[in-house]
Amino acid sequence: MTAAAPEPKATMGQPVPRYDATAKVTGRATYGSDMPLDNPAYAFLVTSAIARGRINSFDLGDAKRVRGVIDIVTHENAPKLKESKLFSNGGYAGTTIQPLKSADIAHDGEIIAVVVAESYEAAREAANRVKVSYSAATPSASFDSPGTTKAAAKGQNAQFREDPQVGDFAKAFEEAEVKLTASYDTPTQHHNPMELFSTSCAWMGDDLVIYEPSQYVYGLKNGVAEQLSIDADKVRVVNPYVGGGFGSRGSMTPRTAIIAGIAKGLNRPVKLVPTRDQGFTIATYRAETRHEIKLGASRDGKLVALRHEGAEVSSRADAYCVGGTKTTTRLYACPNVDSLVSIVRADRNTPGFMRSPPEVPYLFALESAMDELAVKLNMDPVELRRVNDTTNEPIGGKPYTSRSLMACFDAAAKAFGWSQRSAAPRSMSDGDWLVGYGCASTCYPTQMGPSAARVRLQRDGRTRVEIAGHEIGTGAYTIIAQTAADRLGVPLEKVSVFIGDSDLPPAPVAGGSNSTASACSAVMMVCDQVRQKLFKAVMPNESLTDKAKETVGIGQTPTTQAAKSDRPLDLEKAFDALGASVVEEYGEWKPDGAPLDSFKAMHSGHVRLVGGAALKDKIAYAFGAEFVEVRINRLTHEIRAPRLVGAFAAGRIMNPRTARSQLMGGLIWGMSSALLEATEIDERTARYVNDNFADYLVPVNADVPGVEVILLSEQDDHINPAGAKGLGELANVGTNAAICNAIYHATGQRIRKLPVRLENIEA
Amino acid sequence: MRSFSYQRATDPGMAVQALSADAAANNPLTQATAQPLAGGTTLIDLMKLDVMRPAAIVDINPLAQGWSAIEPGSGNLWLGALAKMSDVAAHEDIQRNYPVIADSLKLAASAQLRNMATLGGNVLQRTRCSYFRDVSYENCNKRNPGSGCAAMDGVNRMHAVLGTSEQCIATYPGDFAQALIALDATVEVTGRSGTRSMPFAELHKPPGNTPEIETSLQPGELISAFVIPGRWPRSVYLKARDRQSYEFALSSAAVALDVQDGTIRDARIALGGVATVPWRARETEALLKGRKFDDGLAQRAADAAFADAKGRRHNSFKIALGKRVVAHALQQAVTMEI
Ligand SMILES: Cc1cc2nc3c(=O)[nH]c(=O)nc-3n(C[C@H](O)[C@H](O)[C@H](O)COP(=O)(O)OP(=O)(O)OC[C@H]3O[C@@H](n4cnc5c(N)ncnc54)[C@H](O)[C@@H]3O)c2cc1C
Ligand code: SF4
Repeated sequence: MTAAAPEPKATMGQPVPRYDATAKVTGRATYGSDMPLDNPAYAFLVTSAIARGRINSFDLGDAKRVRGVIDIVTHENAPKLKESKLFSNGGYAGTTIQPLKSADIAHDGEIIAVVVAESYEAAREAANRVKVSYSAATPSASFDSPGTTKAAAKGQNAQFREDPQVGDFAKAFEEAEVKLTASYDTPTQHHNPMELFSTSCAWMGDDLVIYEPSQYVYGLKNGVAEQLSIDADKVRVVNPYVGGGFGSRGSMTPRTAIIAGIAKGLNRPVKLVPTRDQGFTIATYRAETRHEIKLGASRDGKLVALRHEGAEVSSRADAYCVGGTKTTTRLYACPNVDSLVSIVRADRNTPGFMRSPPEVPYLFALESAMDELAVKLNMDPVELRRVNDTTNEPIGGKPYTSRSLMACFDAAAKAFGWSQRSAAPRSMSDGDWLVGYGCASTCYPTQMGPSAARVRLQRDGRTRVEIAGHEIGTGAYTIIAQTAADRLGVPLEKVSVFIGDSDLPPAPVAGGSNSTASACSAVMMVCDQVRQKLFKAVMPNESLTDKAKETVGIGQTPTTQAAKSDRPLDLEKAFDALGASVVEEYGEWKPDGAPLDSFKAMHSGHVRLVGGAALKDKIAYAFGAEFVEVRINRLTHEIRAPRLVGAFAAGRIMNPRTARSQLMGGLIWGMSSALLEATEIDERTARYVNDNFADYLVPVNADVPGVEVILLSEQDDHINPAGAKGLGELANVGTNAAICNAIYHATGQRIRKLPVRLENIEA
Repeated sequence: MRSFSYQRATDPGMAVQALSADAAANNPLTQATAQPLAGGTTLIDLMKLDVMRPAAIVDINPLAQGWSAIEPGSGNLWLGALAKMSDVAAHEDIQRNYPVIADSLKLAASAQLRNMATLGGNVLQRTRCSYFRDVSYENCNKRNPGSGCAAMDGVNRMHAVLGTSEQCIATYPGDFAQALIALDATVEVTGRSGTRSMPFAELHKPPGNTPEIETSLQPGELISAFVIPGRWPRSVYLKARDRQSYEFALSSAAVALDVQDGTIRDARIALGGVATVPWRARETEALLKGRKFDDGLAQRAADAAFADAKGRRHNSFKIALGKRVVAHALQQAVTMEI
């Protein structure tokens, strides 16, 4: 075992290498824009240079003269598309701002023309030569701009159901022995997945194939069909590999139906590879948020009152909302809680999910405030969390299915060396560097959704698993293969996995960290169907008992006395008895509490996730604790984070290798979010200015010399058959606050606005 | 990017000829119809962004044989314009006798870029001003003379506080040029009428009323070499930036000192990340020369460097930062072991 492949503890699978490792490192993995097309035309986008106003006219003369140009599509000649509803209102789209529909412009970088040419180069050159005359109106850029409107989220956004409240906050806060009121800001951020927002559309008669990085092939297939007014069965989305998603590819963007429409008109496949900067405006992003936290506590640190008010920016057209108070009001024991989330509308593209959408900004606020409270109480911040730890969430009193928060704190504190910290701010240094230690809780809801799977077992043990899941880099192939191998008792090398294709059985969106729980639960169920069929053939009068289900795989020797009576299944004999050489089973699984229409919705590309705080009589979250060391140069004020340590508990860890990798990436992203990442908006024009990788900073290796991930063993029998809590979005939640808390410890200066840059350090 | 013709230079004369073919259309030089291609890490980027639109590219890499020497001779250091950043940074003599040069190169860009990029191209790299690099912004006097400056009241955290004008506040982004200007380098220029030499300090032009004119090079002129007089073992390049590597300077200082018995006999200071051109801090040098070094002196000297600095909405912090960087670099240079 190595650091990259941690020794599995109880309730963990084997750290087998990635199923797709060789394909990826040798460049054989095919991403959307790698897919060979027959005589494609190449599209290049022209996007708007204003955020609000109208197009007066285009001058296309110069552009059309570029050799190889086939067509230039603008609102004047674009294929007519049906409007699509926002995903949170029962549709598929991440925005209802439909480009190329009229001369109106609703945000910076809106698609205003598509040049189609014989080569990418010709399309790009012609796009550069398109001249546009605008009538620009003054846009509202963000929170403080004139012309924005603000209203409560509840009632505007169907998915935002509650402003959690309990007890009498006002009174309790008034009477509290220790009080804290503080405001926090988080910036605009963009996902910037490595793979660009490409799409390729190829028609064969009336059938459309789309090659595109998507985190939800069923959603995209149904959404595009709706926009094109064709039968969803005519559309197939294929993406065996997705070069990162982070939420940016969960809902449909307008580009796909536009390119599909153009391809139809040309009767030729069309391939679009937008630029990095276009990705900032043709897809979603994390909008800026503001928070006010009020905490009241008794002298011994017990919370008596908590209020979290959040405000978020969205577009004029759509009331997108992340609304993280459902988590922050339930994280700690507190009898009097109040909350409110509002949406501020500006002339921006519609924001959307970005890795741990609500928890990242909302826990930054709460976990910073907890640290401030600890300072006020003169208490160790770890102990403050311990004092307020709880087995039941305070709003409805529902029990957590499992909660290892303090176990995580203890493990991470030990590994980090928290006991070496001298509590006073500015009390630790090393040469020219001030040193600070900080910590924060992290958590993420455990979610799962209805999922189907097909499993085929051959006489020679070769197994094929089919499920329209998504490999966004998380390790989906690997753990699906592991799950099938385990459940059927066949060697891992004999399992082939097919995902990323909407012709396969439906799976939910790869979002909300539900994929492992959903896909593996479905695969387990269908593997059991396969085994059941073989058992029946050999032992027509017996059924596959629960005992055998748990302990006996095909071809495996039973390990317990009880299981021995069920006799292992001899594969050859079973197939002989069955009189066939292949068993293939299809099944549909849904989690407890999933709505009645789950399966129907699953096929039509609608997600019915259940979990987190929304479960009926319980609440399910994964937890962790994060510790960071920051160093601040006394002279230059440069801020570095040489050590990030996190301990996490997330139910069954399917594969410690892929889990560690997700959590490590999360810690690094969390650091990046705290210290580097912000999309700068020009307030006058409501345009993104640093929309490229040279100016939108993400960490390089030299920024993260020490990242340690500790996986805790945790058994949870109340969540799903796989026993797994999602962990893809767990680690980047706490880091923002942990970094700011460490900066406070290093400097004595509390910074409540992200990202923290050297100019924010006072002395 | 727009279509262009591509030619490989066979010898300096041919390159110069090809580059000056259409002299009438070649003004300002940055918008010349023919451009030389070295490592391409600036030029090709700007062509892809549609900022530079040359009709002809003259690839000067075939001249490398004559133009990429690294010669630390007895008196002078001779650096060919086509030497790669990585080769110069890794050169032992340079690390020993000119640490400020080695470090200014080593701390720049990424390993991959340094392997491609040449010294000549490096000093001629163009500003990273986001409004300059995005042609969808009309107001950029540098790219579009007379159109205004979007950065002046826009997002200008990375912009300059020294050497600015009412027309342009774009930062000169490079690192190596600070070492050259500090060390009184000369630049050797090959043109139609042969080779001429000029002080490196005269190569770059502050923006003034013509930010589109960035250097004193004429169409058809190529940089063939840099010559650095003397040796400067007591020299440092200090670079403050948002991340640990692969990032332009928020503020940097090239410092070279000649210290004897605690007294500064000679001081060379240049500033990066804060000025519109490679910036020699002569006031600072004057304050230091002939004095004994202490922290108070370092502070006064650093203050002097920024006496005329003008901050704007997001970049005022660079004034305080720049001073601390200069003081810190002076300390490092004084205390370094040589
Ligand atoms: C992401 C990124 C990060 C970077 N970070 C840094 C950094 O931190 N610090 C830093 O200093 N630099 C940095 N750079 C800039 C990089 O160092 C320059 O792009 C590089 O040095 C240019 O050299 P080149 O040979 O590739 O030039 P080219 O791109 O080939 O040429 C640049 C310009 O000079 C002209 N030219 C080239 N050679 C000659 C010559 N001999 N005579 C006359 N004209 C010539 C070209 O026509 C062109 O206009 C970065 C670049 C990138 C892309
Ligand atoms: S600072 Fe200079 S380069 Fe930047 S927008 Fe203004 S004029 Fe253009």
